[in-house]
Amino acid sequence: MIIDLPSTTTSQVNSKLVHLREQGGATALGRVLTLVIVTDDGAKTEDAIDAANDASREHPCRVIVVARGARKAAARLDAQIRVGGDAGASEVVVLRLYGPLADEGASCVIPLLLPDAPVVAWWPFEAPAKPADDPIGRLAQRRITDSAAERNPIKALEVRQKHYAAGDTDLAWTRLTLWRAVLAASLDLPPYEKITDATVTGEGDSPSTDLLAGWLAARLKIPVRRAKAVNGQGIISVVLERKSGPVELLRPDGKVGTLTQPGQPARRVALQRRANRDCLAEELRRLDPDEPFEETLKGLTKIVRGRTPVKTPTKAPAAPDDTPVVSAAEAEAVLSKKDGPKAKTAATAKKPRATSRQPAKGKS
Amino acid sequence: MTRSWANPLRDERDKRLPRIAGPCGLVIFGVTGDLSRKKLMPAIYDLANRGLLPPGFSLVGFARREWEDQDFGQVVYEAVKQHARTPFREQVWDRLAEGFRFVQGTFDDDTAFDKLAETVAELDELRGTSGNHAFYLSIPPGAFPVVTQQLARSGLAKPTHPDQWRRVVIEKPFGHDLASARQLNKVLNDVFPEDSVFRIDHYLGKETVQNLLALRFANQLFEPIWNANYVDHVQITMAEDIGLGGRAGYYDGIGAARDVIQNHLLQLLALTAMEEPVSFRPKALRTEKIKVLEATKVIGPCAETTARGQYLGGWQGGQKVPGLLEEAGFDKNSTTETYAAITLEVNTRRWAGVPFFLRTGKRLGRRVTEIAVVFKRAPHLPFDDTATEELGQNALVVRVQPDEGVTLRFGSKVPGNQMEVRDVSMDFSYGHAFTESSPEAYERLLLDVLLGEPSLFPVNEEVELSWEILDPVLKHWQTAGKPEGYPAGTWGPEAADKMLSRTGRHWRRP
Repeated sequence: MIIDLPSTTTSQVNSKLVHLREQGGATALGRVLTLVIVTDDGAKTEDAIDAANDASREHPCRVIVVARGARKAAARLDAQIRVGGDAGASEVVVLRLYGPLADEGASCVIPLLLPDAPVVAWWPFEAPAKPADDPIGRLAQRRITDSAAERNPIKALEVRQKHYAAGDTDLAWTRLTLWRAVLAASLDLPPYEKITDATVTGEGDSPSTDLLAGWLAARLKIPVRRAKAVNGQGIISVVLERKSGPVELLRPDGKVGTLTQPGQPARRVALQRRANRDCLAEELRRLDPDEPFEETLKGLTKIVRGRTPVKTPTKAPAAPDDTPVVSAAEAEAVLSKKDGPKAKTAATAKKPRATSRQPAKGKS
Repeated sequence: MTRSWANPLRDERDKRLPRIAGPCGLVIFGVTGDLSRKKLMPAIYDLANRGLLPPGFSLVGFARREWEDQDFGQVVYEAVKQHARTPFREQVWDRLAEGFRFVQGTFDDDTAFDKLAETVAELDELRGTSGNHAFYLSIPPGAFPVVTQQLARSGLAKPTHPDQWRRVVIEKPFGHDLASARQLNKVLNDVFPEDSVFRIDHYLGKETVQNLLALRFANQLFEPIWNANYVDHVQITMAEDIGLGGRAGYYDGIGAARDVIQNHLLQLLALTAMEEPVSFRPKALRTEKIKVLEATKVIGPCAETTARGQYLGGWQGGQKVPGLLEEAGFDKNSTTETYAAITLEVNTRRWAGVPFFLRTGKRLGRRVTEIAVVFKRAPHLPFDDTATEELGQNALVVRVQPDEGVTLRFGSKVPGNQMEVRDVSMDFSYGHAFTESSPEAYERLLLDVLLGEPSLFPVNEEVELSWEILDPVLKHWQTAGKPEGYPAGTWGPEAADKMLSRTGRHWRRP
């Protein structure tokens, strides 16, 4: 059900919500958090709402969308309430702010926050330089940005690092979880040897590649080489050198990774880019400060940047004939659960730089 | 190689990284059974779909049927399609299916077990299961001795390297009385050391049961009143609306008390009544459960404090259903009870004088499992007598299934210009506050077996203590003639209502 409240106030929105709850019963009961999405009013806003609705199936929440419209118009608040089938397991309140009101989003959000429940702010596109000091950011326990969706992803990451505050997180970091899981699991098993050297290769403007290198540098306490790839998309490969031979995770095609370790059959691991909604659902799973992310940002300073771009063979090294590839079931599994039908489009060939602002193309 | 290896990429603050089981395989005996098709196979697929199974995970089926690997794959495929919780994905399936093997044979067939050993060794070689294998015995307990002996004989039971593991997973019934339970444990422990025996009680894998621990020990609100000063009594109910058609072979002579009370309900009682463990490590948790089970005894005389019944035919939920004695396979003179209720006491300072009523039955009003902690009445009510006529006792109800959640019942003023207090419910529903679909119990438990995480599995000692608690009741019933009949679709025999009304209480209608 979609209810439009043109030219309204937040108290009218509130009383409408209470009214709907009395009529419909279960709606609005048991919401665990309020998610505030801050964006400019436009076509992309709906994508962000869709992602939030999907995530709400795991975390029932009230979604407040602050859509900033034309600054030149007269001050006006248009609201729209969506419940039931149009809102996943959440209730969505879209606030369209015009004129001087557009910069006063926080004042419209405060009356609609759920009592006592945590608040999460999400900037799906451009984010303020200091999210923690932003009026809406100050209301939130957790502030989610997306470097990969900004105009200059690498620059955005630098800004994040400079202004990090406890509770900040970035979707470029969330997109790394699968890579990190595979790498961590590969070191759970013998031989238990120290990593002496590490190299991460990826696209020049992929913030996730930088973060992966930063994470390795922070955890392994060694300088990590970050090489630019001339072909491929997002992160291309990670090589961890050990005495007995390197652990290699290579993803030339942006979909399936191959994990090679000395003395073990090569294992294929699906590593598609994760859809935004999966990343968002993961973010909402925990609301406390993400210390590993903070350390990773610090680790960015320990990255050694390679000058010459590296070309990666588009094919993974074939496993010897007598050791059949152990299958990608395991990792495919990780992703296929998470990647819905949208996964395919998200994983198609790299788009030119200009489109890197689109959320669905987030670098992973 | 050192034991004290700390993976530099792991950080306990890093809660995003999932725990994936190490390289391993699972061998299922009795793979053609219902449980295997409806629960195990779907759970394995769901785990794979969630990315929690290791690379190269292998599943070996062992049964009498003359199947090839592909036939087995087809059976798993159908089971998964029909029963899996997560959506079916061809890619996940294809990769998982590469690790399916089937070994045909009977339990006394040496060559079949040698073949199984070969298959397992081949999987180690080919798919890198690294010698780690779990054996799931989804078979009648009568077959345990021969199977475990075969596993020992063919060298499957012992790991060949200290880094490898072998585990055995068994399902209830864990015996039919104390003596047989001891016998069974001996048979298992002859071959598998206790720390590699995993006894599945699927109730313990349920989110709500684990939430009971969070509810009790993570909150300040409930623990102060969780004792005999405030609690009047506790009711633990597991009701099913289905009958026993087709299960005569298993159920006749076993009955509701052995089937449900001995394991599920006593485990729920232990979690409800135990003291706070010093930590959530498996050992600490067990220590507390064992302590509370040791303090638990049946309140006598059994003729007054227990009840049993047998469902009669009739109309239930719009269908005509047969009584137990008319179900195929049951002895016409069967005294097997399909309803059992018992009264227990927990002899600790916390619970002295608080009766615990446990009941279970088939063909009852509806399918429900819940733990109801019923509180004492307020010592003084400053209202007119007429104002509180409709006020019952406060209750905290943990709804284990279905509609998982917690209900709190308390009195509230009825709107109007008179003071009148009536019971209302405050509801927390898991489905509303958290995920739409939480993992199946078997997913959690199978993963725990593969990870070697024993917290949610009852140990030998708990099983034996449970039998010690139940044995006096079973002994009494043996000599007490036939169970009382109750019409299908009701909440049990009259004896059960009398049993509570003797103490001035009544059963909650769940």
